[in-house]
Amino acid sequence: MARKVTRPGLASVLRENRGEIIEEWVGQLVAGPSRGPQVDKAELRGQCMSFLDGLLEAVAQGNLTDVGAAEYATLRDFLDHFSRVRAAGGFTSSQTASFVFALKRSLFARIQSEIGKSPVEAAALTLDLSFLLDDLALRTVESYQKSREQVIIRQQQEIAELSTPVVQLWDGILAIPLIGTLDSARTQVVMENLLQSIVDYSAEIAVIDITGVPTVDTLVAQHLLKTVAAARLMGADCIISGIRPQIAQTMVHLGVELDVATKSSLADAFALALERTGRTVRPIKE
Amino acid sequence: MDRIPILKMGNCLLVSIQVDLHDSLAMALQEDLTDRIAATRARGVLIDISSLEIVDSFIGRMLDQIAAMSRILDAETVVVGMRPAVAITLVELGLVMKGVKTALNVERGMELIRGKLSSGFGADARRRR
Repeated sequence: MARKVTRPGLASVLRENRGEIIEEWVGQLVAGPSRGPQVDKAELRGQCMSFLDGLLEAVAQGNLTDVGAAEYATLRDFLDHFSRVRAAGGFTSSQTASFVFALKRSLFARIQSEIGKSPVEAAALTLDLSFLLDDLALRTVESYQKSREQVIIRQQQEIAELSTPVVQLWDGILAIPLIGTLDSARTQVVMENLLQSIVDYSAEIAVIDITGVPTVDTLVAQHLLKTVAAARLMGADCIISGIRPQIAQTMVHLGVELDVATKSSLADAFALALERTGRTVRPIKE
Repeated sequence: MDRIPILKMGNCLLVSIQVDLHDSLAMALQEDLTDRIAATRARGVLIDISSLEIVDSFIGRMLDQIAAMSRILDAETVVVGMRPAVAITLVELGLVMKGVKTALNVERGMELIRGKLSSGFGADARRRR
């Protein structure tokens, strides 16, 4: 709800003392305890100016309460952009929010000195402004967090894509070196990649190498078996390779059974695959 | 009612499913196929599902049953050309179709059937050589 507050004093205070407020603000930011990584002073001043201009634009319309209103669009856009830049620059969320909070000191000091003769009005104005700046700071933290989350999501996608390559070892023989823990989301990606590659390379045998899988529990084994079953439905046989001794022990202790051909190394699996497709590798000289 | 055509190639029957299989069509296919296997004394059945985009648990089970029925009538069943998405769906449904042989395409499926059919006396022939 936009409660219209007429504080004609504020806009003029902001306008007339713009320069001083910004200088004090920048000083506060540079000297403050939570300034974070080094920032260029000129850049900081530019950010302060953009913020203050945006605030002035909104305050001039008499809206001091509703940050979601149209008057604050410029300021919101600036803050979203600012938070993104800060998140990318390695600032913490409190360092990002303190940018807004640091304005309070210099701004309130100005209000005291300018409207000091009517203390009631000054106090009310200070209170309103304080709430407003809190809202803006919260918004900053929120968009900071959002941009961080976006980074995490993007990285997850990249990891998922990176870690599931399908390579062709020979005519009709594929290998999928799996690296990292197999959860159901990754199993889905692996399965899709593998099945599509079986079609693309018209493969008969797929070697699933789990050297890079740190642990194999019942769930991972189930995911592996699902992949093997899907490949079989497409007419391709699977061989699981790269089972380390410790993993073999854990699997037996857990009672996990893999109902497919297994080999301890990729080389052995490749040899088996060649044999099954009627080929062999032998030295050139007899 | 539409029926799925069953083609005879030598001692094999070739079924190519080009339309979406609804349940009654699938039942009809099951009946027709068993009749034809008995009538032609076919030794192999090749079912091409490369144009099948939707396979539900019923169709999956039906393919499984066809394979079992053919085996009783002494014919080897191979399902070929399953799409990746269909394979994933079937696995997620828990239908791994253990009793059905599979191949990537018709050519591979034919090879598989021929290999199976000749292996009975093929092994002897190899030993004799």
